[in-house]
Amino acid sequence: MTFTQWFHRLGSPRWFYQASGKWLPWLAAATLILLVAGLVWGLGFAPADAKQGNSFRIIYIHVPAAFLALAGYYVMAVAGAIGLIWKMKLAEMAMRPAATLGAALTFISLFTGALWGKPTWGTYWVWDARITSMLVLFFLYLGVIALHYAYTSRDAATRAGAVLALVGTVNIPIIYKSVDWWYTLHQPATIKLTEAPTMHPAMFQPLVVMILGFYCFYALALILGLRAEILHRERRTRWVRELIGEDAV
Amino acid sequence: MHPVRRQRLLAVVFIVVAASVAAALLAYALRQNMNLFYTPSQVAGGEAPAGTRIRVGGMVVEGSLERASEDLKASFLLTDGAARVPVTYAGILPDLFAEGEAAVATGELGPEGRFIASQVLAKHDENYTPPEVADAMEKAMGKARESSQ
Repeated sequence: MTFTQWFHRLGSPRWFYQASGKWLPWLAAATLILLVAGLVWGLGFAPADAKQGNSFRIIYIHVPAAFLALAGYYVMAVAGAIGLIWKMKLAEMAMRPAATLGAALTFISLFTGALWGKPTWGTYWVWDARITSMLVLFFLYLGVIALHYAYTSRDAATRAGAVLALVGTVNIPIIYKSVDWWYTLHQPATIKLTEAPTMHPAMFQPLVVMILGFYCFYALALILGLRAEILHRERRTRWVRELIGEDAV
Repeated sequence: MHPVRRQRLLAVVFIVVAASVAAALLAYALRQNMNLFYTPSQVAGGEAPAGTRIRVGGMVVEGSLERASEDLKASFLLTDGAARVPVTYAGILPDLFAEGEAAVATGELGPEGRFIASQVLAKHDENYTPPEVADAMEKAMGKARESSQ
């Protein structure tokens, strides 16, 4: 099978719906195991921080959620670009669930950050470059969702959402580098691509498990959202009718 | 690649590049305003405006924190290694505020370069250590200091 053939097959909603049904149990099991293990390990067994005490444990939710909020934006923008250039149906359908997921994850990271900020910094919120750019990310996700409903024509809605998603990609490196480029209240990154993490291994290992768990959760939730979107948009096609008919009997 | 798709691809690249250039220009124009606080060096160099609400951030100098005995007044020095700014504050300091740690103070630059703060926030660093390890490191550093003296 050549790459183009594979690309076209991936673009078929029907093929994706049937194939993803087989991946779901595995993905769900991996998500459950990683998240439960990471939470029990991180919240129950990892040592407390010397300065922050137990409040540092919010990192096990905050950092994975923020990671996926940023990575998920690229998922949405790349899906938008593929939809714009190749008119691939599946990519167009992926944007909407990716936007909802991304908005939820961004909200979780902002909310947990505020909860942590009060005992640590002494305030829930401060308008520094990191927090403000993260809030912009939240509004970008909401904008993509809003554009989805703003047009009666589905094509126009998809195109507008994709353009906004692409414009917003510029915000991702800004969020990531904001703590290095400007003076912020938010501390610089603990986990770096090129250096060892500035965190004790006993605290870092459960964080890695949680990040992997969040990646699996993201994939699982995106696939579930995409399957729902496929069924909704293809509801008049024969294969969906047959599928529903079979289920009803 | 099909010419129509190539054109669409170019449009996508153009959108991303144009947005990046716009954001870069915006960040360049606002470069000082993007910073949450001024450093003590900037304050000493006269870059920070006097008589208006600003923030100053830096490390709290070891041994500089003085608390009044009858009220909440506190004073300390903020440094970035090059310059020092004296800060006075009347209020509750955050739990993580400590000498040798970073802090950000909001307030006004008063006469004689004294900074009158209306809010003081603790700035946490990116290091996470369990208490036992922190204790062990402290002891090891103490020993090293003793042996060097």
